[in-house]
Order: sequence, then structure tokens, then C-alpha cells
Amino acid sequence: MTPPIVMGAVAYAPKVVTIWEGFKDYFRRHNFEFDFILYSNYERQVEAQFNGTIDLAWNSPLAWVRADRMARARKQSVHAVAMRDTDCDLTSVLVVRSDSAFNEISSLRGKTIGFGAIDSPQANLIPLDHLRAQGLLAGRDYSARRFDVLGGKHGDHIGGERDAAQALMVGEIDAAWMIDGNHLAFSREGVLPAGATRIVARTGAYDHCNFTTSPGASEESVARFVELLMGMAWDDPEVRPLLELEGLKAWRSGRTSGYALLERAVEDEKFYDERGNILAHDYRY
Amino acid sequence: MPTIIDIENLGLDAGAHLLIKHGMNKIPVGGELLVSGSAPGWEAQLSAWCRAQGHTLTFVDGKAHIIRSDIHAGRWRGATPTGHADAQQHGAVHEHPLASYGLAARGATVEAGTPESAFRLNQKHEVWTDNAAELYAQAVAAQWNPEQAIDWNAAFELDDEVEDAVAQVMTYMIENENAALVVPARFLGQLHPHFREVQALLAIQVADEARHIEVFTRRLRLRGREPMLSTAGGQASLKTLLDEADFSVAGFLLSVLGEGTFVSLLNFLHEHAPDPVTRQIARLAARDEARHVAFGMEHLLRRLNLEPEFRTRLVHAVEARNDALSGTSGLNEEVYDALILLAAGAFTPSAIATGYARVQALVTDMAEGRLGRLLRLGFEGKVAQRLAALHTRNFM
Repeated sequence: MTPPIVMGAVAYAPKVVTIWEGFKDYFRRHNFEFDFILYSNYERQVEAQFNGTIDLAWNSPLAWVRADRMARARKQSVHAVAMRDTDCDLTSVLVVRSDSAFNEISSLRGKTIGFGAIDSPQANLIPLDHLRAQGLLAGRDYSARRFDVLGGKHGDHIGGERDAAQALMVGEIDAAWMIDGNHLAFSREGVLPAGATRIVARTGAYDHCNFTTSPGASEESVARFVELLMGMAWDDPEVRPLLELEGLKAWRSGRTSGYALLERAVEDEKFYDERGNILAHDYRY
Repeated sequence: MPTIIDIENLGLDAGAHLLIKHGMNKIPVGGELLVSGSAPGWEAQLSAWCRAQGHTLTFVDGKAHIIRSDIHAGRWRGATPTGHADAQQHGAVHEHPLASYGLAARGATVEAGTPESAFRLNQKHEVWTDNAAELYAQAVAAQWNPEQAIDWNAAFELDDEVEDAVAQVMTYMIENENAALVVPARFLGQLHPHFREVQALLAIQVADEARHIEVFTRRLRLRGREPMLSTAGGQASLKTLLDEADFSVAGFLLSVLGEGTFVSLLNFLHEHAPDPVTRQIARLAARDEARHVAFGMEHLLRRLNLEPEFRTRLVHAVEARNDALSGTSGLNEEVYDALILLAAGAFTPSAIATGYARVQALVTDMAEGRLGRLLRLGFEGKVAQRLAALHTRNFM
């Protein structure tokens, strides 16, 4: 038996097991050996990309940034080889209660703004950066309240965003950050009653997860892996449930053009240094 | 000219996606829909929605340009049609509904990849009755509320022994009704929901039996009695009904032979029971049971018409049941005597003579009823007579 390509994934929810077991089946049906290792956090996963444990990783955008920095520091390279259609061009929105007087970011001076987990690109790092670019610094111009849930999972579980949305509705905070899609999702769930909230700001577009190759991974195996991914069709009833669970309709080729905002945020918020070392002192994972 | 819609100040967090979907339905795959809006942040919401839906979105001069994706059609490629809701339509009820129809409403289009639900009873000829919908409608219309339909406060006085006899008969009836409830209930859980009308009929039959058990129990307790005796022979007879795995055979033994016989017993109680409450209960229960018999008969007439050789199977079933029960005593002495006393109404020789004659007439009536039904099912005269005679002495 040819050795399998081994992928790392973070177990941010129980469905992760179902997803990757399903992928394993799919790859095996196509005579391609694939296995996966689950990590409890992205930091450990990215580190495993550099010690030969895994050939590639299903990385959060922040994990991509760290892997890229660690690779550059080692004079190596990592590549984003595939991503979901739904990973492209996300934005985060700053939401206030409809009956509040806040109409623009500047009106939130001196107020309390809710953020997601400390390591959430979409609900903490990019929003902090967005406010900084508008001249508002946490602690100086507004009070930041972080809804820190499950550190190390880079906000994948969206629990922090949901907690912030709930706190917004009960008046504990004045505004809350969330991914544009989660604003709709929380509305469907009833966490945010219809029409009860208003969007007052929106970040620039950024990309989300990607499959990141590890330095030294077999190019041939990675190419076959990507080829099979691209062959997963929404029309195929055996594959569709997996795509639905993973939240995509089609795989796309990887691109790295959508991580500039996060790169800047990581710098400005001093989350990692240029070698990928963790700087954030209150980060627990 | 592209289609243009204005969602005004309605956000997608408040239902605007329905307007967009409605607009989208009017354009072909690859076509363009222009959307304008004024809710704060509607552009971000629309971006999120289009991303999740697989549509391509760009903004030009404040207007959203959406290119319709064909991804949604993909879900319904290879989907399965499942007949029609109206059983009268051609091809409405499939001969062999598939496990992959699952719990879908008959007539629904079922997505490929739907998990299979294994329903053992998935052959039309094994379960179907053409007038099931009609019988169900009759059953719904004939439902009765024990609280209102029966005058529980009707005045009567019975001797203790006669009241005991009523309690014993009620004890026996409850035991029988438990079988009459459990048998269709078991099949109900095994029946493919594609056979909706039969499913409904079985369900209401189960509800009928639950009500009968309730009123028999209530009558039993009306004068402070507890349930009385239950015999091994009686239960052995009923257990053979529970053990029958074939829907048609079970229907034959339970409904055509058993409940048919039970209708005679209920009519007997309606006529001869010593108190008005028992008489009322018996009248209402007999009406329900007659419907159950009709269902069994209609189903078997259909199946025997398609499979005349199935008659042999029914003959064997009666014979096998008779063999299985040959070592039991049949109807228990307490019940038989209780019926006599109940029909007599008093402990005098002349009253007992009347009661005894009435029970004899009941047994004759039961046998004639069975014979009539067997003849209607197309059994040849001598065979029908033999089978009618082989029926369990426990009545059901």
C-alpha cells in the first residue's frame, strides 16, 4: 500500500470527524490513500507542518499566516492549494441595535464594542485593524469586550460571535463584530430578531480557510489530492452531504491574495512575529 | 433587458432574500438580476447570501448585479418521483415503494442520497386496500368521546354476583382488546409510509382499541371492582395473533375471524347486558369493530383476487393456530359462566335457563358469521365450514 497523504485538521466541533471520515471514504473510492490527524488547536497543527507529521493542513486564515511566516523564516515554502468557494471575499460587519443612535464608527467613541475570540481573524483581528485604520484604538477610543471562546480554534466555532450578538441584544455592549454571513445566520436562529440590528461598518474583503501544504510534501500526492477535491461535484449525492457539512458548493484553487488585511492585523495587533512566534500574551489554547 | 428588483429598506436579516429568490426564479441560469436596496449594510448581507448560494455578485453604481448559478439544480439531479398524493391517479401508489423514499409524503420528489428507511411492509399487494381512504374517513366521522357518548351516571343496581360477572367479562374484553391494539400497532411501525391511507386506517384502529380498553376498564371500576381472572389458555390464543408476521394472515385471523366474532359478542352484550352502561359501551365498540372487520375483508378480497393461491396460506394459518392451541382449554370457564349469568341477570333457574340459551345462540351466531365471511372470501363451502369450526374457542 502506498503511504497515505496525511492531513491535519482542527476539531472545533464534533462534525469534523464526520467530515474527514467522509473524505477518507471518498478518496479511497478513487484509489487514493488519505488519512487525517485531528488537533485541538491550530498552533499545534501548524507546528506539525514543520516536523514531518502531516503533509498538509486544513488551515484557518490565521494558521495560514503563521505557517507562511514559519516557512519563510526557515527558507522553506508552504502553498495554499485549494479553498472553498465560500472562503473567498468574506467581510465582517459591525452591528448595532436599530434603535441606537450610532450611525457610523466615530459615534462609537467611548462606547463598548464586542469582539469574538482573541484568535478570531473575522471577529477580532481584522475588526481591530479596521477600527485602527479609522483612527480608533481599543482602550483609548473605545472599550473592547472580548467574547473569548475556545482559544486556539481561531474563531471557527463562532461561539464568541454568537455570545457578542446576544450581549448586544441585552444591552451589555453597544456594538458587535461578526462575519457578514453570521449576521444572517444569527437572524435565522432568532438570536438577532428581524430588523432589530443595523450594520454601521464593514471591513474590506478577506479570504478564509485553505489547504496549506507542508514543506517537503510530495508534489505528486498533493496534485492528486487537489485533482480529486476539484472533482467533488455538488450534483453527486454521495459527496453533497460532505460539502454541505463543510459549507461549500465547489472547491476552488488556492489563492493568497485575500490575506493582506489579516497580515496587516497580525502585525498591528502583534499576534505573531515575522518568524511565526506567538506574541499575544493573553492567548491560551 | 435584465430583470430589476428593489428590496427597498428590507434587510436580508428580515426576509429580503425571498424577494431576491422570487426575482431569480424568473431568469435563466447564467442570467443577470439587478437588485437595489436601501437598508443599512444590505450590500454586506447580499454578499454573504450570494456566497452561500453560489451566485456571482458585483456592485456597479450602487446596484447589485447577480449572475444566477446552476448549482441549485444539481441537488435535484437524479431525484426520485414517488407517485401521487391522490391514490386514484394513475401510478399514484407504487407496487414496491423504495426504502429511499424514506418518510417523504407520497408524491414528493426525493433527493438522491436520502438515507434509506427500511420498512418491512413495502409491497402494495401485501397491505393495500382500495377503499382504505373511505374507511378512514368513516372512522374519523364515527369517533366518539367516552365522556359524552356514555351516560356513566345511569342508575342501575346489580346483585354482587352479576356485577362480578360483568367485571370478569370486562377483564376478558380488555385482554382481547390489548391484542387488537398491539397487532395493528406493530404493523403500523413496519408499514412503508407510501401507503398513507392504510397507515391512517391502522392508526385510527389503534386509537379505537385504546378507547375500548379505556371504557371497558371504566365500566369494570364503576362499582369498585378490580380486574379479575386472566387464563393461560386465553393468553395463549391471543399470543398466536401477536406472533403472526404476515400482514394479511394477521388481518385474517384478527379482523376477519377474531374481531368478526367479537362483533357478535358485543352485539350480544348490547342486547343482553344487565345494565345500561355496559349496553351503551357494547353498542359503540361494536360499531368500531365492524369497521375493522370491513378493512380486513376488503384487504383480503383484493389480495385473494390478485393471488388466489393465497387462500391455501390462510387455510394453513387457521390449521396451524388450531394445532398450536390444541393443548389449551379455550375460553375460560369463568368467562363462559359470566356470560350466562350476565345474560340471565339473576340467580333463578328460569333466568339461568334464559341466559344459557342466549349464550348458546351467541356461539351459533359467531360460527355463522365466520362462515359467512369465509364464503365471501371465496372459500369453498366445506373448507369454509371446517375453518369456521377450527376457530379458537377463546372467540378471538
